[in-house]
Amino acid sequence: MIRPARPSSVPTPVGAPLRRRERITEWLNEGALILPAAILLLVFLIGPFVMAGVLSFTNERLIPRPIPTRFVGFDNYARALGDPDFWQAFRNTFYFAMLVVPLQLSISLGSAMLLNAKIHARSFFRTVTLLPLVTPITVVIVIWAALFQIPDGMLNNLLRLFGYDGAYINWLGDARWAMPSIVLLSAWATFPFQMLIYLAGLQEIPVERYEAARIDGANAWAQFRHITFTGLRNVHVFVLITTTIQAFKLFVQVDLLTRGGPLGSTNTLVRYMVQEGYSSQRIGYASAVAILFFVLVAGFALLQRALIPND
Amino acid sequence: MTRRLARLLPTLIATLLAFVVLVPLSMMFTVSLNPDESRIQITLGTIEAFVPHVVSLENYREVLADPHQPFLRYLFNTLVVVAGIVGFGLVVNAAAAFALAWGRGPYRKAFVATVIAVYVIPGESLVLPLLLMMSRIGWVDSYQVQIFPFVATVIAVYVIPGESLVLPLLLMMSRIGWVDSYQVQIFPFIANAFAIFLFYQFFSGMPRELIEAAKIDGAGLLQVFFRIGLPLSMPVVSTLAILGFLDAWNSYLWPMMVTRGPEYRPLSVAMAAYFTSQQAFWGNVMAFAVLMTLPVLIVYLIFQRWFVASVMGSGVKG
Repeated sequence: MIRPARPSSVPTPVGAPLRRRERITEWLNEGALILPAAILLLVFLIGPFVMAGVLSFTNERLIPRPIPTRFVGFDNYARALGDPDFWQAFRNTFYFAMLVVPLQLSISLGSAMLLNAKIHARSFFRTVTLLPLVTPITVVIVIWAALFQIPDGMLNNLLRLFGYDGAYINWLGDARWAMPSIVLLSAWATFPFQMLIYLAGLQEIPVERYEAARIDGANAWAQFRHITFTGLRNVHVFVLITTTIQAFKLFVQVDLLTRGGPLGSTNTLVRYMVQEGYSSQRIGYASAVAILFFVLVAGFALLQRALIPND
Repeated sequence: MTRRLARLLPTLIATLLAFVVLVPLSMMFTVSLNPDESRIQITLGTIEAFVPHVVSLENYREVLADPHQPFLRYLFNTLVVVAGIVGFGLVVNAAAAFALAWGRGPYRKAFVATVIAVYVIPGESLVLPLLLMMSRIGWVDSYQVQIFPFVATVIAVYVIPGESLVLPLLLMMSRIGWVDSYQVQIFPFIANAFAIFLFYQFFSGMPRELIEAAKIDGAGLLQVFFRIGLPLSMPVVSTLAILGFLDAWNSYLWPMMVTRGPEYRPLSVAMAAYFTSQQAFWGNVMAFAVLMTLPVLIVYLIFQRWFVASVMGSGVKG
């Protein structure tokens, strides 16, 4: 079999072939450089991942107990898939993603376009818009807890100001409103990240395209649809997938604000997993949930990737 | 008239956006300055939340003096963890990337494969750097270069989500007795595939002559790394330092599981505990929140340009 020749641009290792002793020194040098990272990745990334797979077939507990751990086959998976609480967490996670992803993406794209346009005091607006990104998430949660106060917190009073004449909305205490409230908070907290990615994407679109379109008589909407939106196609794919995955990982917000309630309406997969594995100490069972979660995240990302055409 | 309005419209919307961002944040500041807790309770939803009648630093004094929730201790813990992760991380990841870029061992193929598998991203942004990686380990024009990225994508489309690793990791840590310590918060996060990837991109772009000249002078790869590689890679260092700083300030799930009390607990977890235990005392809670936010805010305002560039650069990952 004839192997294709290497293109001449492919670099070869530096220097001429070495003698034996030099080679040993060279190896030691390289080992010293590469081994720390290799070992750490093996121990703290690959290791736990393999462990999660193995543990998911056992009845392992967090605290050792006298009865030895044993393999239980697919029991954990069967139990998870038969547990209504698991499915509720599953649905909630999806519900959250379905609400937060479109909201966050449209806010991000809108504000990116705004901050890319020639507006007054643009650098001031850019500085301000990024503030949620640098505010620690626990702090964001605390601030929003104050805004969500009932019966006359900031948000309820705002609603009244705009003519809402019901009593008040029980933002976090009403099973219908709890998840949308978490969505609002989460979108506020993280939209600047996607905004920056969009901003970077917008700056890649050549100005000439807009000029050409204007000469052809395209109005603002047509320019947005055919140049801006289309020109950002790769950015959309990236942002959509990362935002969805980020949404699937929802935990801190619901753990602090609602404890998964009311009536389990804000319990998410990650919270369910942590409850089972950490609070109830059922590591084996929780590992099965972790594997299911991984499959879900990976599968979803693959699906999105496959569905969105790119060239 | 309408044309002027149309010109002003974006600025108006931007102002609205700025309000939406600033109102919650400024409420945190103003409430924290109000010493009268019962008054805060009544006025939290009104304009008075922004203009307290009395302004004092009483809440801050109380937060800093609380013996059960030692703020300064939490701050110290957070700083130790941040310094540990960022400091060790930069050297370890840069070293690995340097060996991958300029070493000659056969392990490079396996390692690059692992790095990509751990950190494969669906996204065109990566095609060029990936191709560069492949060509450097001699995989261009071979079957692997066609098969491997596909397989890697299937294995770990994005990143193995950290959340699915925390429980086995917790089991590991509790069995070796590391729970409630600094190292348990630092070690798992030192080596980072994304950081290696960024460094690799940088190092592999360095001119070959530079490395060769240093080698002719008799320096080993290790020396070349410390004398030339690392000092030159400051742009990458600053990007990763900023991102690492943000990450560590935000991390919650892992430190919550592996710390038990004030001795090793970082600010994020302490903030949550403080909030849960002091719900009626908004003044104190907000003062705690302000104190926790200030360091990040100051760093942000000073290094704003680098900050933006870092986050945009991280756009290849997220």
